[in-house]
Amino acid sequence: MTTRELTYVKAFNEGMHQMMASDPDVFLIGEDVAGYGGVFHMFDGLLTEFGDRRVKDTPIAEQAIIGLGVGAAARGLRPVCDLMFMDFIGVAMDQIFNQAAKMKYMFGGAVSVPLTITTAGGGGMSAAAQHSQSLEAWLAHIPGLKVAMPASPYDAKGLIVGAIRDDNPTIVVLNKKMLGVKGLVPEELYGIPMGVANVVREGTDVTIVAIARMVVEATKAAKELEAEGISVEVIDPRTVQPLDTDTIVTSVKKTHRALIVHEAVEFGGIGAEISSQIQESAFDYLDAPVARLAAPFSPVPYAPILENAYMPDAARIAAKVRALVERS
Amino acid sequence: MTETAATGVIYGPREGYRDGLTRGLVLDLHRRMVRIRLFEESSGKLVETGDMPGFLHLYVGQEAVAAGVMSVLGDADQITSTHRGHGHAIAKGAEFRPMFAELYGKTTGYCKGRGGSMHIVDMSRGMLGANAIVGGGIPIAIGAGFASQYRGDGTVAATFFGDGASNIGAFHESINMAAVWDLPVIFVCENNGYAEFTAQSSHMKLEDIAERAASYGIPGVVVDGMDALAVRAVALDAVERAKSGAGPTLIEAKTYRYFDHQGIKGMRIPYRDPAEVEAWKERDAIKILEAIGTESGLASTEDFAAIWAETQADITDGIEFARNSPDPDPADILDDVYTV
Repeated sequence: MTTRELTYVKAFNEGMHQMMASDPDVFLIGEDVAGYGGVFHMFDGLLTEFGDRRVKDTPIAEQAIIGLGVGAAARGLRPVCDLMFMDFIGVAMDQIFNQAAKMKYMFGGAVSVPLTITTAGGGGMSAAAQHSQSLEAWLAHIPGLKVAMPASPYDAKGLIVGAIRDDNPTIVVLNKKMLGVKGLVPEELYGIPMGVANVVREGTDVTIVAIARMVVEATKAAKELEAEGISVEVIDPRTVQPLDTDTIVTSVKKTHRALIVHEAVEFGGIGAEISSQIQESAFDYLDAPVARLAAPFSPVPYAPILENAYMPDAARIAAKVRALVERS
Repeated sequence: MTETAATGVIYGPREGYRDGLTRGLVLDLHRRMVRIRLFEESSGKLVETGDMPGFLHLYVGQEAVAAGVMSVLGDADQITSTHRGHGHAIAKGAEFRPMFAELYGKTTGYCKGRGGSMHIVDMSRGMLGANAIVGGGIPIAIGAGFASQYRGDGTVAATFFGDGASNIGAFHESINMAAVWDLPVIFVCENNGYAEFTAQSSHMKLEDIAERAASYGIPGVVVDGMDALAVRAVALDAVERAKSGAGPTLIEAKTYRYFDHQGIKGMRIPYRDPAEVEAWKERDAIKILEAIGTESGLASTEDFAAIWAETQADITDGIEFARNSPDPDPADILDDVYTV
């Protein structure tokens, strides 16, 4: 397998190119995805390569964008519908949670909806409260949906391919602050199935379950802590729905301590679910209560000084791990 | 057919739309409408007696709309429907046995007892599902129409919705996108005068919802929704336009539901004048078609009586089948959440 260094967004883009080349039923619609290539250049070159039958700019109409995808998917096509910023998902939510998610079940299995929704989430860019959110817990709560959150260039390509190949409605949430992050990516077409966690780094003292860009911060913290003699295992679930509980629980049974980190607000976040699953399956192995590090319960603020205080980072993750270790 | 300069609304159908009428067509439309009428009346009673679970939004009164539109569509053409969707499913060819079974919540139902009244689906006949969210099926229909265009398979999609749904954002977004992309979609607004219990005059300034078509650059057609032949004629024009690549049409069928928003007796809220209800019943769609049939000599009262009788026998058979069908097993409750 030939690998080379690509940015996160280029890796995603390569996955889109390869999937559209390999499957004529795949098409892309969204706001400024064709001529402009998407505001984050996620879709650069697709119009040129595949033409305006398969790559289409839409009106600003999120309900129609997703609804069109639902109807086309129910007829057997494999639509990719882009929502640009994750914050815009509320506009299209009826088509996502009442239609796409439920059709299979409420129609007694008669219909599959192989729809992929792409969007960009996360903060750190002074984009403020309506362009910075991490709403994965909201989506993960809906039976029928799958939610992927790539945390590396390798996963950005593998998860978009895995999502398009999946026969269920799947939302792929790119992280805006990771677009330029580089990493090794195979040239070949490969897909990562939904629900398979990645053990990013092995360790023996503490398990950190980190979501999206927090994987990068957790890995930084783990390196820092290694110098202090604390061995940290970092797990990236890759998809929050389905959630690879087995990998997480196996790790915690080994390390006896767990910290969950995400950008979304702590209350009702996916960390609450992960924490609950750990205590249900590994209570007797725990040397300390499961800890969480996430955003405070407020909208994402604008001023850099406020936003920096809002989002977890490597230093705060390291401090939280030290506290966990000292406690036991 | 007249077009008003001010609004661009076409008052259809074209003159002579009853010319060339055949016995086959009269009986076909009649059968579709009678099947709807008897299914709705019988299921309505079964819910009221407590024999059947849930609650029903009955289509009685509006039969000509479903029958007229569906008579110009084939099995490969797709439709999306509403919470008041039994009529669309039946007119599209759905069978009584799995429909009753679904309403009874049985494994032999169209949705294996998972969906019930508001989610009847029949993929083999292009019935892409009823929908319990007002207007929820409209965006899905443009996706079905997009698939027709993408594949170039010559099929069309029709979406049914009410006067109330024409006020939601998804209607505007969908019809605009269908217009911009010339999608082969027919937007069928069944204007029964009420959004649940709220009269049209209280929920929009317009009298003719078809006027809205002008703002999307597509034809808007008003038709008598109690005349199945008139509905069929304007639907034929819309299908022809869609198949030619010219794009969507908005059809507004003026119609009326005889029963309440929900159930036969409903909640007994006095929001409609009983005289208004009776006036619409005077123009009953089935009566109108039967009169056309007998006056033209194409069909006899015996022909129509036979259809009523056959349909009643089918109803009895369907209810019997549903009652005797197995209940779903709670152990299977997680089946079909995902495609595995």
